[in-house]
Amino acid sequence: MHKKVSTEKTPSLSRRKLILGGLATAAGATGLGGAINMASRYGLIPPDHGGIYGVGETLTYASHRLLMASRSNAREFARSDISQAPPINGTLPPDDLYQPHVERGFADWRLAVDGLVARPGEFSVAELKDAPSRSQITILGCEEGWSYIAEWTGVPLAHVLERVGVLPQARYVAMFSMAEFWWGSIDIAEAMHPQTLLAYGMNGADLEPGYGAPIRLRVPRQLGYKNIKYLTRLTVTDSMDSFGAGKGSAAAEFGFSWYAGI
Amino acid sequence: MADAAPSVADLSIPTTEAAEAPRHSVLVRITHWINTVSFVALLVSGVAILISHPRLYWGEVGNVNTPSLIDLPLPFIIAGQNGWGRYLHFLAAWVCVLNGLAYVLSGLLTRHFRANLLPAGADLTRRTLSRTLADHLRPAARLSEDVYNVVQRMAYSGVVFVLLPVVIWTGLAMSPAVTSVLPWLATVLGGHQSARTVHFVVAFLLLVFLVVHVWMIVRTGFWSRMTAMVIGRGARSGSRSE
Repeated sequence: MHKKVSTEKTPSLSRRKLILGGLATAAGATGLGGAINMASRYGLIPPDHGGIYGVGETLTYASHRLLMASRSNAREFARSDISQAPPINGTLPPDDLYQPHVERGFADWRLAVDGLVARPGEFSVAELKDAPSRSQITILGCEEGWSYIAEWTGVPLAHVLERVGVLPQARYVAMFSMAEFWWGSIDIAEAMHPQTLLAYGMNGADLEPGYGAPIRLRVPRQLGYKNIKYLTRLTVTDSMDSFGAGKGSAAAEFGFSWYAGI
Repeated sequence: MADAAPSVADLSIPTTEAAEAPRHSVLVRITHWINTVSFVALLVSGVAILISHPRLYWGEVGNVNTPSLIDLPLPFIIAGQNGWGRYLHFLAAWVCVLNGLAYVLSGLLTRHFRANLLPAGADLTRRTLSRTLADHLRPAARLSEDVYNVVQRMAYSGVVFVLLPVVIWTGLAMSPAVTSVLPWLATVLGGHQSARTVHFVVAFLLLVFLVVHVWMIVRTGFWSRMTAMVIGRGARSGSRSE
């Protein structure tokens, strides 16, 4: 309050202004506290919400979740749009672990599903291929800026989660790979989305090693680095706090945001 | 912030007033400097993101195995070092957008845009435009400091109402989550990669604006311009003696 204002105006008006200002501030603070509680309850706060960058990430994640609460499907394309030579990114898992599986056609590969589920279990690649499948032609976009279109075939993650009986308190699905350094997680809304696939096929053939054989995640509403390859284990959980540094993914520990819808 | 405007008005003494009114309102000054900080952060982090793949494409997709539209003369710097750039870019984008909303709403409510920023229809003739532009380029020219001329108005309006909205739009159009709800953000431009290219071109135009803006401030008196944008009052040509 400026000095001159208080000498010119009557004291009562000034006091009323002060009281109103105080009430507004208190209401604002309560509102912010309430908003954070609500946001947390409705799953609008990402695991990497700490620090100054966490403010931007939380605003982005919360607004995207609210925006996508209604109809939201990653854009799908025609066969004629499929890219001719999709670049391969990243490296294969260690040879001594991975090559024996390549040689046996992944016959002994198992995907374990555990955590907050009624019936933890393991799935072979053949079992996943026998489940209801979905094919979709979508963009895989890298955070670096490049992208390609391909057709992916797989079993919707939602189907697998229903088979094992996800418990109601589940909030995230953590994912682990034979390339052990690159683990991650997605929230349960993304996990249950019909376009989120455990993909085993690409452009009409089996997934090739460079693209994540035998099973990779396809989550087309987020960038490439969320699409974890060489999947070996899914763990359903209500909190990412106990995984690694608690930021929800290796990417977030590496300096890249956990949420990658951008 | 509701208290701020009256308290500044109270500083002026009613009889000598018009020349004493702040050259820039409190809200314009605050939003200007918040915008400055966020824009510099967006620029630096934008370059950090860009150099991980300094090729631009047109259409839906593009990669090292497809033809490019523009190969920028920049090195590919990858090795996963641009994460901070992405975190900073999106944080600064939120600051820029929320700050910009406050600025635009107040500019509409106070009629600041109509009075000070939008060019008058009568000035939009080739003769007035070329003469004003020539004034800007002539070293000895005296540029009026009291009101923005038609070239200044076009530049500022262009930034506020064209370039910034387009750069925000194309930024959103690069998000696969946002286009899963609003696909037309990308499709009307021809695709995700087109949006990325337009985003870069508009960012470059904003950088050109920034350079010219600072150059003009230096030419017309750096300290008086800075004073005007910091504390609101600055020397006006012929109307004040400080």
